[in-house]
Amino acid sequence: MLPDDRKYSKEHEWIQVDGDNGTIGITDFAQKELGDVVYVELPEVGAAVASMEVFGNIESVKAVSELFSPVSGEVVKINDKVVDAPELVNADPHGDAWLIVLKLSDASQLDGLMSAAQYQEYIDKEGKD
Amino acid sequence: MSDTESLPKRTSLYPLHKELGARLVDFAGWEMPVDFGGVVEEHLNVRSHAGLFDVSHMGEFLVEGKDAEVVIQGLTPNDVSRLADGQAHYSALTSETGCFIDDILVYRRAENRYLIVVNASNIDKDFAWIESRAEGEVELTNASDDYALMAVQGPRAQAILAPLTDVDLAAMKYYRFADGEVLGEKAIVSRTGYTGEDGFEVMVASELGEKIARGLLDKGAAQGLKPVGLAARDTLRLEAKMALYGNDIDDEHTVLEADLGWIVKWKKGEFVGRDALAKQKEQGAPRKLVGFEMVDRGIARHGYPAFVDGRSTGLVTSGSFAPYLKKNIGLVYLPADTCQEGTEFEVEIRGRRAAARVVPTPFYKREK
Repeated sequence: MLPDDRKYSKEHEWIQVDGDNGTIGITDFAQKELGDVVYVELPEVGAAVASMEVFGNIESVKAVSELFSPVSGEVVKINDKVVDAPELVNADPHGDAWLIVLKLSDASQLDGLMSAAQYQEYIDKEGKD
Repeated sequence: MSDTESLPKRTSLYPLHKELGARLVDFAGWEMPVDFGGVVEEHLNVRSHAGLFDVSHMGEFLVEGKDAEVVIQGLTPNDVSRLADGQAHYSALTSETGCFIDDILVYRRAENRYLIVVNASNIDKDFAWIESRAEGEVELTNASDDYALMAVQGPRAQAILAPLTDVDLAAMKYYRFADGEVLGEKAIVSRTGYTGEDGFEVMVASELGEKIARGLLDKGAAQGLKPVGLAARDTLRLEAKMALYGNDIDDEHTVLEADLGWIVKWKKGEFVGRDALAKQKEQGAPRKLVGFEMVDRGIARHGYPAFVDGRSTGLVTSGSFAPYLKKNIGLVYLPADTCQEGTEFEVEIRGRRAAARVVPTPFYKREK
């Protein structure tokens, strides 16, 4: 079951909002598609991140995938634990393996994202294609 | 490209791959399992127990007849005349420039009866090349579709396979092979592989491939035998620094530059590319394939540019996270004067330069 305390993007990221800040990670669906995650590259604290733009990279044994931010904002925190132990992304993508925390610059961008139920429907469809 | 070429081919193990939940990809025109759910786990299981690989996509040629030895001798740098019956060696099909048309295994079945195993992506090219150069009394057969080829690799390989075959595996040395039975079916069993582990390859009639694979997995399960996909095959061979055609070796780098000079037997006489290689040996190869480890964070992958003292020197040929060594490793051609162990250079990873260091190879060597 997908946690319904957050929003989801078509690029398979989630964002959990708390006040002005949003915590971002990749979904369980995404980690399964990637396979064993062996490298995570995140922006520096203070960096500006734009909605739908690349903010980092995540690598499995075989491939490099870009990380897209669901919203715009400034990076206020990064998860060093994931950088040191990328396999955490496979183990707990919706929890301990959060990637960055953004200070949102435009909360209205959240409206364009999916609820847990909508995202579930989206990946069910994608899985069939 | 014709329609028939764009449809991927399937090995006889395809139904089994599907059943085992393999992620399938197009590889050299074949629909092959890239993994069975976990590349790292598959890799580690081969190092600790054993893995079963479907390598039926590889090509098999028969070269037979009075002049078979002469023909192979003229096309390859290794010395076929040194092979005994039931012995194989690693070699190459070399071009006039001393580069690789392909890297191959040559098996001597009997006097003037040879089996050559080639890369899947090069089957047509290799066969046409051998045909164009074969003179005298020799019969060439492209038997690639007639065989299923499976590899059982890992420290438990012998224990797994021995009870299932009448071939005396304990007595079989590395790079030897024998005809016999596996699970009651006619097979050729060789002590060869592409993982850096002990292990065997089993060749059977292609229609028997699925049955034999199922039998091996079933009987080997208690010893930890599990299926392995192409992704782990690639990381295993890279840790063992075994070259991959199309990545590390190709028609633009010579056998000497690829650090495979040991397959050139200078006393054997003429072969295609000999003059070019002899000249390069005398003058010294200008560049050499070396192994490296990343010093900075990041994974240097195939095709990423390398820089020595800020100057671009070529591209990384293979690069990956190494699951057993837990390091980011790779292979790259560097200028001969910068190939010494410990030399630092840089790899450009998505626009950022990251430091790497030349290290001794193989990266991984099993304990014997």
